[in-house]
Amino acid sequence: MPKTERRTFLLDFEKPLCELEKRIEQIRELAQENEVDVSEQIVQLEARAEQLRKEIFSTLTPAQRLQLARHPRRPSTLDYIQAITDEWLELHGDRGGFDDPALVGGVARLNGRPVVMLGHQKGRDTKDNIARNFGMAFPAGYRKAIRLMEHANKFSMPILTFIDTPGAWSGVEAEKLGQSEAIAYNLRQMFSFEVPIISTVIGEGGSGGAIGIGVADRLLMFEHSVYTVASPEACAAILWKDAKKADRAAEALKITSWDLKKLGIIDEILTEPTSGAHAAPLEAAATLKQALWEHIEQLSEISPQKRKDLRYQKFRQIGVFQDSSA
Amino acid sequence: MSLFDWFDNIRKAEPPMQKQQEREIADGLWNKCPACGVVVYTKDLKANQLVCTECNHHNRVDSDERINQLIDADTWQPLSEELNPVDPLGFRDRKAYSDRLQEYQKKTQLSDAAKIGTGLIDGLPIALGVMDFRFMGGSMGSVVGEKLCRIIEHATEKRFPVVIVCASGGARMQEGMFSLMQMAKISGALERHRQEKLLYIPVLTNPTMGGVSASFAMLGDIILAEPKAIIGFAGRRVIEQTIREKLPEGFQTSEYLLKHGFVDAIVPRTQLKKTLAQLISFHQPFFPILSHVDNNGEHSSVMHL
Repeated sequence: MPKTERRTFLLDFEKPLCELEKRIEQIRELAQENEVDVSEQIVQLEARAEQLRKEIFSTLTPAQRLQLARHPRRPSTLDYIQAITDEWLELHGDRGGFDDPALVGGVARLNGRPVVMLGHQKGRDTKDNIARNFGMAFPAGYRKAIRLMEHANKFSMPILTFIDTPGAWSGVEAEKLGQSEAIAYNLRQMFSFEVPIISTVIGEGGSGGAIGIGVADRLLMFEHSVYTVASPEACAAILWKDAKKADRAAEALKITSWDLKKLGIIDEILTEPTSGAHAAPLEAAATLKQALWEHIEQLSEISPQKRKDLRYQKFRQIGVFQDSSA
Repeated sequence: MSLFDWFDNIRKAEPPMQKQQEREIADGLWNKCPACGVVVYTKDLKANQLVCTECNHHNRVDSDERINQLIDADTWQPLSEELNPVDPLGFRDRKAYSDRLQEYQKKTQLSDAAKIGTGLIDGLPIALGVMDFRFMGGSMGSVVGEKLCRIIEHATEKRFPVVIVCASGGARMQEGMFSLMQMAKISGALERHRQEKLLYIPVLTNPTMGGVSASFAMLGDIILAEPKAIIGFAGRRVIEQTIREKLPEGFQTSEYLLKHGFVDAIVPRTQLKKTLAQLISFHQPFFPILSHVDNNGEHSSVMHL
């Protein structure tokens, strides 16, 4: 049973690696049956597998990275929260009549320090995904998020947000309830908070839905996550008039962590286990915890007003243009 | 050369038909309204601020015309006109972004999709940003973001109210994440303007979508919209595709937003200047007039600004 399950989620570029691993397993079984010692060969083969793994994962195309970022086994916001906190209590509701399961949040303790954590939540299986709308939040989600952030600001708790969404939900109901207004309000309010804010893209950073909880003092990104102005599919449909050109759009949009670090959009890349965060979630969580803690400590040394100013300056200088008056 | 080749060549040599040119009103003596089909004298149409005299259809207004309509004569002072877009990602879809930019600059005589400056509106000073849909659908890239930020910062410093006339399809995809980040950048500038207790009024015109709608368009102290403008987060086509059903009548129009509480008022273009001036004057600092005579024997019923 677990075997078939694993198969379902095998990405194309993982296949050669998977085959090699399977062969090693077969040899091991055969050797055991026939009572032959092949440990030396197995060590060699495993070294080769490791080599192959490194090669594959260090040369992924943006489109392949997008697949990894959307991997159904990739750790979600709640997975990370549960793995890195000492204790955690989820809080609900936007105080306007809704509670959006696609965006979760609550109070937590990180290394003893009270913080507020929140983020987009994708489902773990189809049923869960439908309940959580595949991590695409309604306006109610963004309003819950800002309510929790205001709470954090009131009680001087650092705000840690986790970004993992294909985008904010695009539907009649979302428009009627003011998706634009909800995101816009968050963008502005997040500049007013005095507590440290750290945002981490853990999977998919999709457009306005991502930045709606992403105005931060520090913007971190897991190595194989992506952050994009519009999904490559949508971009291809609009600019190439052909949704099948999504691979090319993924390339052109510069959505990978390395590209965005180079462009000065993000502050730090969090290294993932060799085969991606889903292969060793606890290892990824440990990396995350350490990075978040370091940044909290650094940011705590700055005065609240200064922190606010620096946050504005950080975003203020993003943009490339030519000023011929200079 | 076969006969077919010859035909092909002839076809290629023909100048492209002016089919997609959504005729900007200027040319011609007469103009046919795209909404009601009535033919009106262009001069009359212009005198009525490009609003159809028959059916009240609001034709699109470019940035220069909009500034003329709103700002008192000879008081407009443009800012940051020298900002030009660049191609930070080396982006190429069916055409290179840099070529596209040049094409639009040539066609529209604009450097990018927004103009900013200060001026008087019925004698009251304002900082004004106007988006121009003609330039790549008014899409927001680094230049639009920078210009709007500068005008808001300028207003914060001079204690002016800000008015931004929105007309945009959303973020400019060719600039990737730089474009998305402009949403935050402008919202940050607005937060600082707000901290100073200054007035901000966005005017939503057709269309106000995506990243523009989900940032400064929705952050007004008071939000005005022109009649029947399309305003929304996601485009109709996207929504139709995701939900696979027909959209309700009047969906995403100004009237729809008014009904659901996201704009304060729908103002016909012919009333826009008057309404803005009135709103701004409501928010001028108010000093109660004291009618007593002070020690110097002078009436102090003078407003001290």
